[in-house]
Amino acid sequence: MISSETNAAELTEAVPARAPALRTLAPLRDAARSNVLGLLIAIALFALAFGLATSGFMSRVNMYSISRSIGINGVIGLAMMTVLVTGGLNLALGAIGVCSAMVVGWGLQNASLGIPLSLLLGLLAGAALGAVNGLIVVTTRLHSFVVTLATMSVFFGTMILLSGAHGFNALPRDLSNFGRIRMFGVVSPMLLLMLLVAALLFYLYRFTALGREMLAAGANPFAAKLSGLPVERLFVCCHALCGGLGAVAGVMASLRNGAVVPSMAGPLGADWLLPAFLAPVLGGTLLTGGSVSVIGAVLGAVFVEVITSGLYMLQIGEFWIQTALGLVLLGAILLERGRAALSIARSTRR
Amino acid sequence: MRWLRGALRTDWLGLAAVVVLGGAALAAVRPEFLTPYNIDVILVGFCLTVVYALGQGIIIAIGHMNLALGATGCLVAVAFGGAMQVWGLPVWLAVLFGLLIGTFCGFVNGWLTHKSGLTSFIITLATLSIFKGVSLGITQAQPFYGIPESVKAFGSDRWGALPEMLLVALPIVIAVALFLGRMIPGRQMLAYGGNPNAAELSGISRARMVILAHTLSGVLAAVAGMMSVARLQIATPTIGDEWLIASFAAPVIGGAVLSGGHLSVIGTCLGVLIVSLINQALVMLAVDPFYVQVLLGLLILGAVVLNRLREARLGTAPVLRLS
Repeated sequence: MISSETNAAELTEAVPARAPALRTLAPLRDAARSNVLGLLIAIALFALAFGLATSGFMSRVNMYSISRSIGINGVIGLAMMTVLVTGGLNLALGAIGVCSAMVVGWGLQNASLGIPLSLLLGLLAGAALGAVNGLIVVTTRLHSFVVTLATMSVFFGTMILLSGAHGFNALPRDLSNFGRIRMFGVVSPMLLLMLLVAALLFYLYRFTALGREMLAAGANPFAAKLSGLPVERLFVCCHALCGGLGAVAGVMASLRNGAVVPSMAGPLGADWLLPAFLAPVLGGTLLTGGSVSVIGAVLGAVFVEVITSGLYMLQIGEFWIQTALGLVLLGAILLERGRAALSIARSTRR
Repeated sequence: MRWLRGALRTDWLGLAAVVVLGGAALAAVRPEFLTPYNIDVILVGFCLTVVYALGQGIIIAIGHMNLALGATGCLVAVAFGGAMQVWGLPVWLAVLFGLLIGTFCGFVNGWLTHKSGLTSFIITLATLSIFKGVSLGITQAQPFYGIPESVKAFGSDRWGALPEMLLVALPIVIAVALFLGRMIPGRQMLAYGGNPNAAELSGISRARMVILAHTLSGVLAAVAGMMSVARLQIATPTIGDEWLIASFAAPVIGGAVLSGGHLSVIGTCLGVLIVSLINQALVMLAVDPFYVQVLLGLLILGAVVLNRLREARLGTAPVLRLS
């Protein structure tokens, strides 16, 4: 309600009878109120600073690598966002991503299913694992934290057992080339894929009944239930969507590596957690559910990558970057909190 | 007879039966399970795990969570090792230094959670990467090898069949049990965990409870981190990496309710034993170690569902809360 570009409160809010010209300005006003503007300014400032301070930051090679990382981390962040909508979270996202990528690798290499069928199978596997999370959350009514903490361990362990911890490194040339194409010399197709995912999610949450219902169910499950929404089914949908996007991210990360590696997301896939929460939280998605900011999440991913890459260029050292990202997350949530308090104070004064 | 009836009503008797029966079954199938060496491995593992499991348990008791538990332990371990190797501090001063850092880390978690009013999940996710990044940055991912002999001896010495580390672990278990069971701040903490609003209305300070619980968790993580140094004989920044799942598994198996308000210390100890029993069983039966992960995950899931059912039977309102 405070700073989201789309939120459930708008569903019930009667549109005030203002001049139509003002209503068309609504997206602009929303942008000004949300994190979008602040993020844009921050991205520009940091990019400028890093560009001036280092010679490598603005180079074509670095631009390309930034665009690729934004693509992957953006999808990871968007995947987490789809389940933050429910007011829950998904610790198993990394595990699902790796499992699905392994399914794709298996389909290509062991079952020789061909590229489209393998990709489809991976996507379905991700969505199915996500749906398992959702079903457990809905039927046991436990918090998704503990459910996905458990399934993270189960999914990852089962995948390692089935695969014997062996990756797949003979990806077909057509597919691995996708990870290497440079469009206009600097843009990775991964970035465009992420933007496509973001556009679809934007459409889902803004213009479709399903998306609006997901937001309503997340904002207040009890009220949504009373007004006749199938809240349980919607939550399972959100978790399945998260799993499906996790699969997309897993495949993208494998294409960057040129192979499907079981350890690519760290132990139990936990290395994805920081990027997964950074992008949506920086973008203003509320952890309490019912609100999303797709554009914010995309910009959040851009901001994180600008910081990461800039610090690399300054040769700060890989480990301190982790510290810096933690501080960014902390700063973002505290800033958000301060602004929320401010806007509540302002609205009560009115 | 009365103590028997009392014991039957506790929530840990079933777990104790599981431990005894499981141990007996394992000993029957694989007699080498009862060799002194094997029991020693289990005991040493128990000493370490029970300390950080209680560190998580205290946080679970107020309905929060601490993802940064392992990172705190790691930072303390690295600081402890570095203080002795690089600064040449005497052991007691280094221990104090480690405890201080753990206390500070926990305090920061609690203070930020309280001040921001956000879920401890996101706060500790942020501090997790900060603490971890700092400990990796300081060490450049290299372990400190210059650990004094007295510390190494503490990790490897035995009193008869018992590891010396029990000298730290047992008092901590007893202290936490007394704190939660008999002392006013401990009781207040459980009351706060059970129903924060009611507790606040009856005069329990929210700020104090949240900060106290997180600080205690930081202290316990610090102790576990330093015990790991003694056990491994080096201070490596990988300490704490694999604490997360086990730190939730043990209290939850022991009957802790994730929405807060209840923590069984004996249950947690038995939870730790069950986890190490499973570990041991799979090693002895020569099963792939990744089965441990799958089983541990299923065990957490089973335990929370069971706790949920018991909660429903006891009539405590099921509250979905994550703060």
